[in-house]
Amino acid sequence: MVAHNYVFVGLLLLVAVGFALAPLALVALVAPRKRSPTKADVFECGVRTHGETWVRFRIQYYIYAIMFVVFDVETVFLYPWAAAYGSLGTFALVEMTVFLALLFAGLAYAWAKGVLRWA
Amino acid sequence: MDVGTALIAQSHRVDLSPTTAIVWALWLLVGFAGIFPGIVAYMVWLERKVAARFQDRIGPNRVGPFGLLQPIADAIKLIVKESIVPRPADGLVHLLAPVIVLASAFLTLAVVPFAVGLVPIDPPSGLVYLIAVSSLSPLGIFLAGWSSRNKYSLIGAMRAVAQLVSYEIPQVLATIPVVLWAGSLSLVSIFDHQAKFGWNAFTPPGLLAFAIFLIAGVAEVNRTPFDIPEAESEIIAGYHTEYSGMRFGLFFLAEYLGVFAISCVATVLFLGGGMPLPFSSFPVNLIDGSVGSYILADAILLAVFLAKVLLFIFAMFWVRATLPRMRIDRLMNFAWKYLVPLCVLNILFAAAWFEVVVRPGRIEAGRWAVGMIGVGLLTAAGVQLVFWANRKLAAAAPIDADWPAGGAARGG
Repeated sequence: MVAHNYVFVGLLLLVAVGFALAPLALVALVAPRKRSPTKADVFECGVRTHGETWVRFRIQYYIYAIMFVVFDVETVFLYPWAAAYGSLGTFALVEMTVFLALLFAGLAYAWAKGVLRWA
Repeated sequence: MDVGTALIAQSHRVDLSPTTAIVWALWLLVGFAGIFPGIVAYMVWLERKVAARFQDRIGPNRVGPFGLLQPIADAIKLIVKESIVPRPADGLVHLLAPVIVLASAFLTLAVVPFAVGLVPIDPPSGLVYLIAVSSLSPLGIFLAGWSSRNKYSLIGAMRAVAQLVSYEIPQVLATIPVVLWAGSLSLVSIFDHQAKFGWNAFTPPGLLAFAIFLIAGVAEVNRTPFDIPEAESEIIAGYHTEYSGMRFGLFFLAEYLGVFAISCVATVLFLGGGMPLPFSSFPVNLIDGSVGSYILADAILLAVFLAKVLLFIFAMFWVRATLPRMRIDRLMNFAWKYLVPLCVLNILFAAAWFEVVVRPGRIEAGRWAVGMIGVGLLTAAGVQLVFWANRKLAAAAPIDADWPAGGAARGG
């Protein structure tokens, strides 16, 4: 089998989307549709929703997202290093230790700045 | 060869021979559209049975013998229910969100080697592919919460994204030792490595990585004690509050498919796939080229693989029946202050294990013993160091200082 792997991924994506949409199509055919203004309200424990929902949210979440990006990019560098480690020798280990230490310093800085405090 | 040339060379390898087409069709239509959803449907039944036993109840027993037809009854119920979309919601995104989450769970299973040769695809960058497609699900979850235009949904979605991205880091970093030892990102190579060197969970850094991977894995599929995104006692149902009928059913299916996928991946990466013995390549070495030996070995591998996956699934049900939900600040603390530093240290321990044990190319008893004791002590010291440092820092600035009475009401 020398076929292209990602052709399969594409086909699988089609199957997955089809698998999700098929029952929804069935629902559109079979299920009852009785609209009413009360039913179409957003759910709010029995009272009418108050004010706009799409508001600016707490900054804390954004900061965690930035931390995530930093470390996720790190893993992109770590994977090829790890896969090739056997043929790279000790110097690669020293280099990666330095890299990890720098990243860890970044985490420690964020930690000291109180970024990791959920308040 | 630069990336562009490599991509072109790859694209010329498209060769849809009749055999490939048949194998793919079998995988897609029988495996992905038939067996996997079937397994998931019975996981739901199993969870209800197991949870019932933990609570001294009987569980579903009305539809069919032992309630075995319950999943079918549930499916029929979901299909004949009205799909209610709130008036102010973003209709298209509301529809697409569960589709994205489900597709992400399906795509994850494409690189799992269930037995020798029994793997849909084996790209050389398998693990990167796995991480990439599994991180699509936070996107779907966020779209669900945002498009519903419900405040509880939005809070749930925000929490979900914060939690999922935080636990994705330790989960990904925990796989680095495995890649380092196998020298490849392909899941089949990782399986082969364990046939030679024993299960990865039976090494000190491997055990630590395994524990971290499991904890992060449970958090990635939003299950108790990490189910803050859908904490029903606080925010109704979190991001899927406004989902009803089959659209909710898709989220449900995706969650259980995610549990199945994470169990499969953990089995392949750390528990030697379908191999029944930790330090023997037992059923793999049966294969001598004949079709009979191949079928026999694969039957054993598949049976043991599914048994291990079932064990993981049962463990997740058990945890859910036992532990209460974690508070969000502790949850985030645990990911960033404990798991991430441990993972970073563990990469160095894994390199040490590689030098001592893996470098010679096969297990040598003396070096293995030195590795188990030396690297084992090192790893234990690393764990102690991280916990000690955290205790010191927490004593200097207790996290509860920011949580006076009513603190939770400030949101989050």
